[in-house]
Amino acid sequence: MHRWLSRRGCTIRIIGAANNWRYLAPNCVGIIIIVFTLSGCDLGPTNVEQGNLEQILHLGNGTEPQDLDPHIVTGVTEHNIISALLEGLVGENPETLEPVPGMAEYWVVSADGREYTFFIRDQAKWSNGDPVTAQDFAWSWQRMLSPALAAEYAYQLYPIKNARAFNKGEIQSFSEVGVKAVDDKTLEVLLEHPTPYFLSLLAHYSTFPVHPPTILRFGEMDERGSAWTRPGNFVSNGPFKLKSWRLNYIIEVEKNAHYWDAETVKLAGIRFYPIDNIQTEERMFRTGALHATSTTPSEKIEVYQSKSPHLISISPYLGTYFYRFNVTRPPLDDPRVRLALSLTVDRQAIIDSVTKGGQIPAYSFTPPNTQGYFPPKSPVSYDLEHGRALLAEAGFSEGQGFPELELLYNTSDGHRRIAEAIQQMWKKGLGIDVRLVNTDWKVYLSRTNQLDYDISRAGWIGDYPDPNTFLDMMLSDGGNNRTGWRNNDYDELIERAATLTNQKERYQAFEQAEMILDREAPLLPIYTYTRVALRDPSVKNWFPNILDHHPYKYVYLQSD
Amino acid sequence: MSKLVLARILQGIPVLLIVVTATFFLVRAAPGGPFDAERSLPAEVVKNLEKRYNLDAPVLHQYVDYLGNLVRGDFGPSFRYPNRSVTELIRTGMPITFELAFYAIVVAVVVGVMSGLIAAVRPNSLQDYLPMSLAMTGICLPAFLLGPILVLIFGIWLEWLPVSGWGYSPGDKILPSVTLGSAYAAYIARLTRAGMLEVLSQDFIRTARAKGLSMPGVVFRHALRGGLAPVVAFSGPAVAGLLTGSFVVETIFQIPGLGRFYVQAAFNRDYTMIMGTTILLSCLIVILNIVVDILAVWMNPRLRKVR
Repeated sequence: MHRWLSRRGCTIRIIGAANNWRYLAPNCVGIIIIVFTLSGCDLGPTNVEQGNLEQILHLGNGTEPQDLDPHIVTGVTEHNIISALLEGLVGENPETLEPVPGMAEYWVVSADGREYTFFIRDQAKWSNGDPVTAQDFAWSWQRMLSPALAAEYAYQLYPIKNARAFNKGEIQSFSEVGVKAVDDKTLEVLLEHPTPYFLSLLAHYSTFPVHPPTILRFGEMDERGSAWTRPGNFVSNGPFKLKSWRLNYIIEVEKNAHYWDAETVKLAGIRFYPIDNIQTEERMFRTGALHATSTTPSEKIEVYQSKSPHLISISPYLGTYFYRFNVTRPPLDDPRVRLALSLTVDRQAIIDSVTKGGQIPAYSFTPPNTQGYFPPKSPVSYDLEHGRALLAEAGFSEGQGFPELELLYNTSDGHRRIAEAIQQMWKKGLGIDVRLVNTDWKVYLSRTNQLDYDISRAGWIGDYPDPNTFLDMMLSDGGNNRTGWRNNDYDELIERAATLTNQKERYQAFEQAEMILDREAPLLPIYTYTRVALRDPSVKNWFPNILDHHPYKYVYLQSD
Repeated sequence: MSKLVLARILQGIPVLLIVVTATFFLVRAAPGGPFDAERSLPAEVVKNLEKRYNLDAPVLHQYVDYLGNLVRGDFGPSFRYPNRSVTELIRTGMPITFELAFYAIVVAVVVGVMSGLIAAVRPNSLQDYLPMSLAMTGICLPAFLLGPILVLIFGIWLEWLPVSGWGYSPGDKILPSVTLGSAYAAYIARLTRAGMLEVLSQDFIRTARAKGLSMPGVVFRHALRGGLAPVVAFSGPAVAGLLTGSFVVETIFQIPGLGRFYVQAAFNRDYTMIMGTTILLSCLIVILNIVVDILAVWMNPRLRKVR
């Protein structure tokens, strides 16, 4: 050592010191601590294993819910939690989604389809033991429609007579609205028009009741965001009650002993995890932290399908992925151009090589078999020749002189990949150029609302299983039309359908309207959504359905 | 010294005011509002909402109102989470982000200073190159890559540690802390090495050695204080970076910290939440810079004379 020092100076000597145990001690202690911590980590049984023993379901649930107030929120993640806590007049059959008795034991509909009388069951109770009354419903709907509450889903109740006028503040007295509690257990509802899907609306959380005394204890009837939805305060009438809520981390619900059908409920509780990152969600599922995910990263679908097909489920979903054309801008004001663009998109290729989730190619806007409704045969298919011919007819033979269009989408890998594929298809098939533009969600929304785009990506998920939830989007003055497309015949058909009670006649009106939409092509349907989710085989009574609703009262856990 | 502190604090106030004002008007100038959604709302509902949140008043009026509330310590309600105030959201998320940042800085300092020292004592040898190349890799590997790699190795293959969570199962804090800290550990390693090399070549070290002091004594008692000066200068911005940059790690590991709220607020155009988090983080950055300035003066007497 000293010989080295004399040769190389003092730095060498420090190496000598490095060999000294005193110098190394901190390092060693650190390493020992880490090793001990790691080997001492007994991770124990996974959530899934433990949950199966205790009947606790662990669910990945998208993002943090905005709130748990059924009259305030608008999302799917909120639906998943609220449907465990609250129950409306009707429930849903877990397989077919058909309305089944909920808080109402039965109901009577008048011959003209405008008057509904609901009879609330005697055993219906809130989680604090109070009976659920017809007045609770009337009060809750008054709350929902109060202008000051500013409920975003208020329009779900617009089929009720004068509901819209009350929500707009045009009439002040709720007694003029078509909702009346005749006595504690009888609720009469009068509609503007016969609305065949009205019962389905009643299975939507925006029409669920809230417990009036609880709301009033924490604020006014129409106060947004009071503390009533907090654990300890929340009084529920559904199969579960709120146990805990750790912001951005977990929401726990536990079985509600006062629920009228508590015998059916097998789960002791559910834990909802808000997980923004779908990769994280998949990793949590893989390590047994979750029974089921809300979605699946598209690049993992094939792996699961080939290696563990029993863990992945793909089922049709009531939604359409499509592109909007801004018909106020040339050359997209020419239906031939729009059709040409639609004809040259190979939907199947996109599904097979980009989205990979078993989606169904869409040529019409409404998904097939929406409550028994099938869209008529569309003039659109994958037909390059026809597409080229139409474009030539519109004056752009071989794409000559066709301006460069902008394709707008909100920033996301999935949307980008689809847009790139379609950009290629148009380039090859029609010889035209499209520029891809991505913006963040809010900018995208604001640009599509103001028709500040040429072509834009879009998706539409049905609120209730009926073609109306899709087709009324394209009404000339519809707030979600966003294409500039107007057609009086179309409007008349949709408005006529709203007044019809005969389902067959109604669907015929929808078919005629849909034919106009197909022919005029303000939209370019791409595919019908599927729900691709990972689910542990121990989750029983979880049925695929087009709204991805899974009434938890029927679900139970059993490892095979 | 107290003059210096006071001056720095007074300098911080206009900085904060500029940040508040700029953020306030910029978020409102950005396209899209807090209530834009896939389903556009009926005009009457939008009107009701804007009235509820005072968004129908002129912007200047809103600004004055906001400043008034701010002075009283009221950040307002969150637009995105109607039953939470911004203060509550911050109060829930901040301790977690602070805890994460604290562990990360511990990881960064312990690993960084150690490997920097090891490298510095024998420059241009394997003992130098190895930790320094590791450090370079650490700097280059972003958290969104390193995190999943660590999860894959320790969470999924070895099954030693949970892949997500914060305080729910034993050991779930280790991977996020290491992921967040590693890039900073790498910087600190390089800074320590550079600082130590400079100090170790100076005369007073040779004097100390000549007087018979052992090498560890020299390193820890004399060289370290000077050699770590660049590390201290770096640590202020680093802590600020850890606090504001924890978003990626919080998302990967499902941690309910402030970072996730901060970024989501921007995407949601949750005006009040954007304001609240921005103000908080700018305050932190200002304070940390003051602390670092004071520390630098304390560690380096030469700076004191200059003042």
